[in-house]
Amino acid sequence: MERHSQRVAYGETIVELGAENPNVVALEADLGKSTMSTLFQQAYPERYFEMGIAEADMISTAAGLAASGKIAFCSTFAVFAAGRAYDQIRQTVAIGKLNVKICGSSSGLSDFGDGSTHQAVEDVAIMTAIPNLTVFTPADADEVRLAVRAAAEIEGPVYIRVVRNDLPTYTKGEFKPGKLSILRPGNDVAIIAHGVMVEAAMNAADILEAKGISACVVNASTMKPFDSEGVQQLAQQVKAIVTAEDHSRIGGLASHVALALRQSSTPMDYVAIDDRFGQSAHSAKELMEYYGLTAEAIVDKAIALLD
Amino acid sequence: MQNTSEIRLLADKIRRDVIQMIGCEGQTGHLGGSCSSAEILATLYGGRLKFKPDDPKWEGRDKFLYSKGHAAIAQYAVMAEMGYFPKEKLWTVKQLGAMLQGHPDRLKTPGVEAGTGSLGQGLSIAVGMALEMKLDKHYDNRVYCVMGDGEMAEGQIWEAAMAAVNFKLDNLVGIVDRNTLQATGFIEERFNTNPLSEKWKGFGWHVIEIDGHDVNALLDAYEEAYHTPGKPTVIIANTVKGKGVSFAEGKAAFHNCSLTKEQYDTALAEVDARIAELSKN
Repeated sequence: MERHSQRVAYGETIVELGAENPNVVALEADLGKSTMSTLFQQAYPERYFEMGIAEADMISTAAGLAASGKIAFCSTFAVFAAGRAYDQIRQTVAIGKLNVKICGSSSGLSDFGDGSTHQAVEDVAIMTAIPNLTVFTPADADEVRLAVRAAAEIEGPVYIRVVRNDLPTYTKGEFKPGKLSILRPGNDVAIIAHGVMVEAAMNAADILEAKGISACVVNASTMKPFDSEGVQQLAQQVKAIVTAEDHSRIGGLASHVALALRQSSTPMDYVAIDDRFGQSAHSAKELMEYYGLTAEAIVDKAIALLD
Repeated sequence: MQNTSEIRLLADKIRRDVIQMIGCEGQTGHLGGSCSSAEILATLYGGRLKFKPDDPKWEGRDKFLYSKGHAAIAQYAVMAEMGYFPKEKLWTVKQLGAMLQGHPDRLKTPGVEAGTGSLGQGLSIAVGMALEMKLDKHYDNRVYCVMGDGEMAEGQIWEAAMAAVNFKLDNLVGIVDRNTLQATGFIEERFNTNPLSEKWKGFGWHVIEIDGHDVNALLDAYEEAYHTPGKPTVIIANTVKGKGVSFAEGKAAFHNCSLTKEQYDTALAEVDARIAELSKN
């Protein structure tokens, strides 16, 4: 299947938004060649602010622009956005409900070579814990385009989680913020995934189908506000639920689904990163396999729950 | 715009409001840092800033940020004195559900431009506002950001200092309320952020150092900043923590304090005597 870049989708979409709305500005902390915000720089240099290697300052500056009427898109790696700039996002952007849109790029283990310092395995936990913030975790490049557009429409702050490596397209041109979406119907087990793990979930559904198990694949591309009702409805339609995320089991999709199912009799299990940091590897695939983030792991959990 | 004696009077009115907001019934408030800022706030709101209290989002306004947001009661006082909201609101400060929070909140208090108080972040927010003013060609407007000298220990101040010079933000004025005390004592003896003027000069700012209680010096400094092209200006305003309340002057104990009935009465009497004197003119 053809693969496409979420990063390019981000860069191209903010350029489109820049054309449509002169109040759209972009800020970057020296990672524009990775986040692809350089596309905005080329198109609208006067509205692009290279803030240097100073992520915290970038977010507060974006807050100042937003408080003055701008829609400020900031991009950096997810690990720096959610980590280094946490306080700036919390104190000024989120409390003040400012129109700052934060692209957490190269999230999860997708920056495989750079190792634990650059791999955000807890960004969803941190960002979803902040009141007033919307958190999107799009599954492919097409969905990034829609999520970035949706972010621009929302009055208030948004965090958009983007991965580094190209992904196949499974979404179908529709993005409803705050809602789970079904990518593949099925009635034995539901696999709820976001981001890169949607591909693993789709592959897991193929493997399960060959074994006579019907798997529903669900895309959780909004982690906040989280569609707990959608999870509860799903739980009534299937016999088990497995979550899949390239993120710590603490505070991410597994945690959110477990909370939603706290009074449900439908069993759930998760595929996620254990409570530990990432590390360097020569490929994302190698790293994902090492941390157990595979279609096979999802299949095993599903079969164990259904037995 | 007010004349200098009106501004002096306004500064003491701010002090009076601050003392009354703290009261003598066990509530605490940042008396020291509020009183050190009184002339800075009075000169800005009374003699410099363009704003419309009945239209806080007026497009032609200058922007003010109180980065040392812990002294919010002083900003609330000057805003009430200028008519942003009725003075009675001051006495509800920090009550559950009040429009006046312990630190400035843009959504709860009309006229507050952005939330501040996690120290070190106000200047970065001011940089964003100054960038917007340039983008939208509000060339006559300025952004004023008041910081504390204890706050100079926050690294983000210096990130913003570099950014402001990088973007040639001559529409940005930083003011350091240099009262020499932080919560636990003298800054020099704890974590020395001095020398300040040399640091700001080194970062490429136009630096003006003055007596931060001298109304004319403050007004002149704003005027000099307004006409200094190509780079931002910082005013190092040497102040006295607790200024105008004799028992609190220069004492870290009154950084964030409650007042006994006796202290309360003494403080109000001192301020009222000055207000009476200044009102004669």
